[in-house]
Amino acid sequence: MKRVLLLLPLVIFLGIAVFLYRGLFLDPSELPSALIGKPVPQFSLPSVEDEQRLISEADLKGKPALVNVWATWCVACKVEHPVLNALAAQGVNIHGVNYKDDNAAAQKWLREFHDPYQLNIRDEHGSLGLDLGVYGAPETFLIDKHGVIRHKFVGVIDERVWREKLAVLYQELVDE
Amino acid sequence: MNRFLCALLFGLTLSTAVFAAIDTYEFRDETERQRYRTLTEELRCPKCQNQNIADSNSPIAMDLRQEIFRMLEEQKSDDQIVDYLVARYGDFVRYKPPVNTKTLVLWYGPFVLLAIGFGTVAMILLRRRRRVDGPTSNTLSEAERERLATLLDNKDP
Repeated sequence: MKRVLLLLPLVIFLGIAVFLYRGLFLDPSELPSALIGKPVPQFSLPSVEDEQRLISEADLKGKPALVNVWATWCVACKVEHPVLNALAAQGVNIHGVNYKDDNAAAQKWLREFHDPYQLNIRDEHGSLGLDLGVYGAPETFLIDKHGVIRHKFVGVIDERVWREKLAVLYQELVDE
Repeated sequence: MNRFLCALLFGLTLSTAVFAAIDTYEFRDETERQRYRTLTEELRCPKCQNQNIADSNSPIAMDLRQEIFRMLEEQKSDDQIVDYLVARYGDFVRYKPPVNTKTLVLWYGPFVLLAIGFGTVAMILLRRRRRVDGPTSNTLSEAERERLATLLDNKDP
């Protein structure tokens, strides 16, 4: 019994050491979304192409999709855009949220760089972005066919991210 | 030289503006202003990680400050405002994390460690006192003292 007690400080030390060692390899910029498992928040916003056409959360239901938050002022979005084009060509269902952007610039961007989005939501004042907990573009949400947010990815989707992370998750949602 | 000093002084006065982001909001009264300050200081900027939204210049912090101001105008309570942001950005935005199963260790872990420390010290002290009182004390018994005396007296062993 006494021997065991003598080992106690060592055990506590090792416990804390393992805990802190793990902390060294966590990515502090990766914060879990508070919206995982919740439906896409209610919204009613015009489309980028046509001011008269209103899009709401009901339009996102039916098929699993990637909801990509982007803007023309976002440098990383330019890097991401060709990848999204390629994915759209493969038949991946992608919606765009044009976040706090100049609409004319957004239209020009889509004309010039090709439009991979099924729906183009125009979130000029960032109200939808705020409800989605967006804190910087690009961010991408994976939603299932019921319009429920299942995963969130912050940062640029490149081929590697898609192959190693998102493709599997998207396929799971398609197979559901 | 004088002009240089002037420029220097001017530069120094400018630099104070860099420390905090400055917005111009008109508050109804002093308490509301105070609430705005406490809220923006207690909420963390989601983008910049180690700054509160009062200090940060990032666009998202500006939006959140404006949002907080709007909610204060709408007479929302502090809890409502914090809940609104937590619903969107998660517990991450709170510099004061709530007590739940996930944060239990964070909140009470230090007290547990302190208790273990006090317990150990108490145990050591108790044990030492028992040793002093008990038969294994440092003083010699009658027989031992006699033997010591003979040993010391015996000059030629």
